[in-house]
Amino acid sequence: MTKEEIFAEATSVYDNYVEALETGTFEALQSYSRNLSERIIPRGVQTDEVVGIVLLLRDVLARSLFAKYQTDFRLLNRILDAYEPAANRIANTVAVGFVQERERIIREQQEAIRELSTPVLQVRERLLILPIIGVMDPQRARQLTEQLLRGIRANRARVVVIDITGVAAINSNVANHLVQTVEASRLLGATVIVTGLSPEIAQTLVNIGVDLGKMNTVGDLQGGIEEAERLLGYKVVPLTETTQQV
Amino acid sequence: MAASVGFEAETEFCIAVNSDNDLVAARRKGRVLAEQIGFSGSEATLVATAISELARNIVSYAGRGEILLSTVGNGSSIGITVIARDQGPGIADTRRVLEHGYSTSGGLGLGLPGVRRIMDEFDIISAPGLGTTITVTKWKRR
Amino acid sequence: MAVPILKQSHYLIATIQSALTDADLVQLRDALADKVGKFRSRGVIVDVTALDVLDSFASRTLRDISYMIKLRGAETVIVGIQPEVAFAMVQLGIAFEDVATALDLEEGLLYLDKKQKLGQHGSQRGF
Repeated sequence: MTKEEIFAEATSVYDNYVEALETGTFEALQSYSRNLSERIIPRGVQTDEVVGIVLLLRDVLARSLFAKYQTDFRLLNRILDAYEPAANRIANTVAVGFVQERERIIREQQEAIRELSTPVLQVRERLLILPIIGVMDPQRARQLTEQLLRGIRANRARVVVIDITGVAAINSNVANHLVQTVEASRLLGATVIVTGLSPEIAQTLVNIGVDLGKMNTVGDLQGGIEEAERLLGYKVVPLTETTQQV
Repeated sequence: MAASVGFEAETEFCIAVNSDNDLVAARRKGRVLAEQIGFSGSEATLVATAISELARNIVSYAGRGEILLSTVGNGSSIGITVIARDQGPGIADTRRVLEHGYSTSGGLGLGLPGVRRIMDEFDIISAPGLGTTITVTKWKRR
Repeated sequence: MAVPILKQSHYLIATIQSALTDADLVQLRDALADKVGKFRSRGVIVDVTALDVLDSFASRTLRDISYMIKLRGAETVIVGIQPEVAFAMVQLGIAFEDVATALDLEEGLLYLDKKQKLGQHGSQRGF
């Protein structure tokens, strides 16, 4: 943030702060802190910075109250009794508003990523491919399995190629999920071909003692699709060859 | 903060399990309850499957008992707790029951390791002559 | 509730209509083992589309059906397992090896036809 921006925000925070203290209502402050959060979160402002400003303001105001009423101790006590809970509530409102906004953004992003990350694509009649890219955790593996199973039913798929070229490594938990996905697909009558296993993933699968009779693996995606086409009874022939034959 | 209020109130169902006929009713009730609190189709199926295994365990080993279903909330999440209770012969070594290599061919209802896998929490209390109480919980995924 | 078993040319088709008790399942097993000999059937299809739970007992009974029918000289294919049910089965740890499965009745019939053409060679499952 630039100096001017900090000054402008600090002024706004102060105005809102004083208004909340004077009126005892927090709606304006709440909407201001939400609005502030929306603006500053994308710029990477941290929770401690925001809370720090509000707490600082609380202390500054408290000091000024001290300075003003130090001669009348009884009055000062009464004023502080009123001031402290209100000031704490203000700090609370701002901090909660900030954190809620951040959580909302994280949730949105998670959903967006999840939807993007597991496309089940039909490349031919009865043939689906599922390219998996990025980090696999148990939750994503579970979601992916559910999506694939629904896809198999909806597209009446007989063969599925799961390509994990884009997955660097998986732990044994996720490896077990992969095996379960293959088994569950078979229960729906679909054959799964897994392609693009990295040496690390192959190692993990060997470590968990996967039954290789259940796993149908082909080196790369292209090979996997060719194998799938063979299973489905397709034969891909270059155009020139067919015309020569005619 | 207001979102979590109201889940503390628990819905409870008690289903007597006296024969394998009662399994169907128990798991149906479990599925309905799971769907009511917003479980996905596959989560509800997992809950129903667990109930089926637990209820069969009762029929096979104790002859009779009961299944209690309730919703649970811990402030930020909501779930279903299933309690399977019987006054049967009990189990001497509960750990071994869970270790036993799960196999579909091995006897009736030895699905406890499977139940533990498909639920999030699993607890078993049993002793010879004192019956068995198994408590499992599945939390809703967010 | 008994499961109706339909005879269609060389095949028997058992369509489960609603949730079954253990006794119903055992009865189905015995009825199929009996009828497959009586009608000299070559294949059996068990349609489980209506089942919303396949626990260890149900799975084991379906597997027993498949094995018994095999010993009686015919093939069995289980069709219509729902996605959620398949998901729960594998999580529960149910091994359904050596049991043929297909998406639905239509695919099941195709599977059996294919098996007939192949004769008794090869015991590969699925497609």
